[in-house]
Amino acid sequence: MDVDVTASAYLDHNAGSPPRPEVVAAVAEVLCEAGNPSSVHAWGRRARARMEAARAAVARLLDADPAGLVFTSGGTEANALALAGCRRPRILVSAVEHASVLVHATGTVPVDGDGRVDLAALDRMLADGGDPAVVSVMLANNETGVIQPVADVAAVAHAHGALVHCDAAQAPGRMALSLSGLGVDFLTLSAHKLGGLPGAGALLSADPDFTLTPVLPGGGQERRRRAGTENLPGIVGFGVAADDIRRRNAILETGDLRDRLEARAQALVPAARIVGRSAPRLCNTSCIALPGVPASVQVMALDLAGVMVSAGAACSSGRVTESAVLRAMGLAADIAGSAIRVSLGPDSRPAEIELFLTHWAELARRKGLDVKEAAQAA
Amino acid sequence: MAYSDKVIDHYEHPRNVGALDKDSGDVGTGLVGAPACGDVMKLQIKVSAEGIIEDAKFKTFGCGSAIASSSLVTEWVKGKTLDEAAAIKNTDIAQELALPPVKIHCSVLAEDAIKAAIADYRKKSGQSGDDADQAAG
Amino acid sequence: MTNMTISRAPGQPIYLDYQATTPCDPRVVEKMLPYFTEKFGNPHSRNHRYGWEAEEAVEIAREQVADIIGADAKEIIFTSGATESNNLAIKGVAHFYKDKRDHIVTVVTEHKCVLDTCRHLEQEGFRVTYLPVGPDGLIDLAELEAAVTDKTVLVSVMGVNNEIGVIQPMAEIGAICRKKGAFFHTDCAQAVGKIPLDVNAMNIDLMSISGHKLYGPKGVGALYVRRRPRVRLVPLINGGGQERGMRSGTLSTPLCVGLGEACRLAKAEMGAESERLHMLRDRLLNGLRQRLPEIYVNGDLDRRIPGNINISFAFVEGEGLMMGVKDLAVSSGSACTSASLEPSYVLRALGLDAEMAHTSLRFGLGRFTTEAEIDYAVNHVAEAVEHLRAMSPLWEMHLDGVDIKSIEWAEH
Repeated sequence: MDVDVTASAYLDHNAGSPPRPEVVAAVAEVLCEAGNPSSVHAWGRRARARMEAARAAVARLLDADPAGLVFTSGGTEANALALAGCRRPRILVSAVEHASVLVHATGTVPVDGDGRVDLAALDRMLADGGDPAVVSVMLANNETGVIQPVADVAAVAHAHGALVHCDAAQAPGRMALSLSGLGVDFLTLSAHKLGGLPGAGALLSADPDFTLTPVLPGGGQERRRRAGTENLPGIVGFGVAADDIRRRNAILETGDLRDRLEARAQALVPAARIVGRSAPRLCNTSCIALPGVPASVQVMALDLAGVMVSAGAACSSGRVTESAVLRAMGLAADIAGSAIRVSLGPDSRPAEIELFLTHWAELARRKGLDVKEAAQAA
Repeated sequence: MAYSDKVIDHYEHPRNVGALDKDSGDVGTGLVGAPACGDVMKLQIKVSAEGIIEDAKFKTFGCGSAIASSSLVTEWVKGKTLDEAAAIKNTDIAQELALPPVKIHCSVLAEDAIKAAIADYRKKSGQSGDDADQAAG
Repeated sequence: MTNMTISRAPGQPIYLDYQATTPCDPRVVEKMLPYFTEKFGNPHSRNHRYGWEAEEAVEIAREQVADIIGADAKEIIFTSGATESNNLAIKGVAHFYKDKRDHIVTVVTEHKCVLDTCRHLEQEGFRVTYLPVGPDGLIDLAELEAAVTDKTVLVSVMGVNNEIGVIQPMAEIGAICRKKGAFFHTDCAQAVGKIPLDVNAMNIDLMSISGHKLYGPKGVGALYVRRRPRVRLVPLINGGGQERGMRSGTLSTPLCVGLGEACRLAKAEMGAESERLHMLRDRLLNGLRQRLPEIYVNGDLDRRIPGNINISFAFVEGEGLMMGVKDLAVSSGSACTSASLEPSYVLRALGLDAEMAHTSLRFGLGRFTTEAEIDYAVNHVAEAVEHLRAMSPLWEMHLDGVDIKSIEWAEH
């Protein structure tokens, strides 16, 4: 990334990470190549070989069988393919899911104060009987980083004969991952959340032979599970990014940096509140409330200072609205309305954290909050 | 589309392409397959007075595997007796050319072509009674 | 990067399959690269400057896409490609208006994804009329007019066929649809950037556009949806509400930028490029005709994009021919079905016998095709056909004056 970190800080990795240089190089190379993976001539065969290598790389990230991996145009389509494609009339999702999962729901499973699924409630909902069900619970929340007890969800759901889908878009590179360890039937990944490019995603099925009804029918691609010429450059970049994550394994370093950020923030502004701090979380995400200062005000002030963070999720029409996730967690309005998300990437540097803290504490002081020590860049 | 080296060799350098006089008494002609199915093989044998196949020619309309299968059998049948030639099995052809499963039918067609050529020769020379596969039609 | 590195890389055959996919133009890649790196950003993220920059770039791209078809930027929805656009247009409109109208008209030579989508709708209870085409590959307008009724919600006819390159009479189709009150959808994956298109002059209500067929990137396409009179549709992919609620999912800034730039270049260069490709295609066809008797052009030769020619070579078999033209990347039948041994349904629809359909090659010429490549191709194809005919029993019969159709073949 060519951002000058002395003047700016990109701390919005949960909205999308800048692609790795090796990803950009691989994508640029493949873009200039002719060749449709469905063609049988040499150009087509080379394109197919590149695609299958990427499929294997992405599957390896989860120790999964590449045969069960369908490439899609992104996480939203992968979620639709799982939830509409598995043909279960009852679709139960947690209250803190991404909009692309919530839209399929026939019922929502409540969460506790940390935003974690209420397993007893899920058990009761499934025990009520009714139509065959699929349960969808995200692995980690995009706004708070809180990790769901997905393996427990899967155990409860499977005990009732339900299928389980997990949107794991935010997880790769930020926590250890394995498809069999999670015990879910379907799992969604998004390339641009893990250092690839937007425009590519994947749905993994634990059973490669599970028949999914395609969202996009009309061609033999992806073993008839998804028609349309594949986004080969995006898929190749996805594979390179996945390999890069496995090779670098920067989870601990990022976690240290995030913990230092939170400790310093809390020390600087005692009134600040870190949302979900007591729950297991992704190593890179911090959701920080500054009571009394609207999140939108913080985001704009920080942006003017060259610090990029976000409030609420970046989807829909882009409007900054009060977070539905934080409300579902039962947070008071002044906390939910004043929470911003600071999300780190594997290349985030201490200087970026300091830049954020300096301007954030300065804003808190201007808004009349008690600030303990002089906020200065280290 | 992964053709074996042997298929490619026979395709690029087919052995014994050509025609023998089909009206000659010592020539047997087998014509099998159909244009609509994508393969037609014409295989001809010239048989000596001693009953030995002394020459063989083929022409094939078909994919590389069909061309290679017929080219190969013309090599194999030369010098054989009719009974020995009739004993050639499609599996031998498929194995020699390392044909993939979708191309096994090419070797079957080549076996049919030999049998048809032998039957045609026997019919002409009055040794009828063989129930080998009929030529096309 | 020179043109030669694109169509001819070391160890790779000459690329003559531009209807299957086109390489990205290096000028398009150049425009995309900044959005991979320093300008990366989520265009839906209005929280900070990276998001704003991304959004602005996407809106410029939207205008460029609109411009090449005479539309307004507000009428362009970005998708993952033409397959998604076709699905969204046909299902989306059918589902939205299903209480009023339940009939769809399409054509037997449409792309697989259009035909598949129509078959899905038939299973849901819609009625679909599949219009035939003549030996020239074109529909009969009188037949279309007779097929469209007051229950017809949508007429879906592709602008340019992917296998034989013929151009359907779009303005005439549009006029019939407008008169009868049916929406006109056209899959223009193969048409945009190749022939002039104007959604208003042609009365087109929905148009599918593909990035990787016009030297843009794979993984992106667009759907034009008319605003006046307004066409409404039920979205295919929900959740997030991007693209005016018609298509959810994070937009890829570099992919949108790439599609926009590809459209801009195609529009600017269309006239000169058409002329050049026309010359190259004539050179190819005339060269082959001089060397080889008994070759037949499939589909109308004149009402066709200049970058396509589809030829049947009588008395040789298609797969054997493909093996013989190994120095060329060409296709027999369409890319989506080329792994199967079935003859092309498009060629069968023209009335071709199975054997003639089996023995066709599609030559797709494009922006990076050179005269030297065409000359090489002519010689290479002629040699392969001569080699195969020399060992073809059917060619021998033809030379002997035997009518192959008079023989009773044992079909196996």
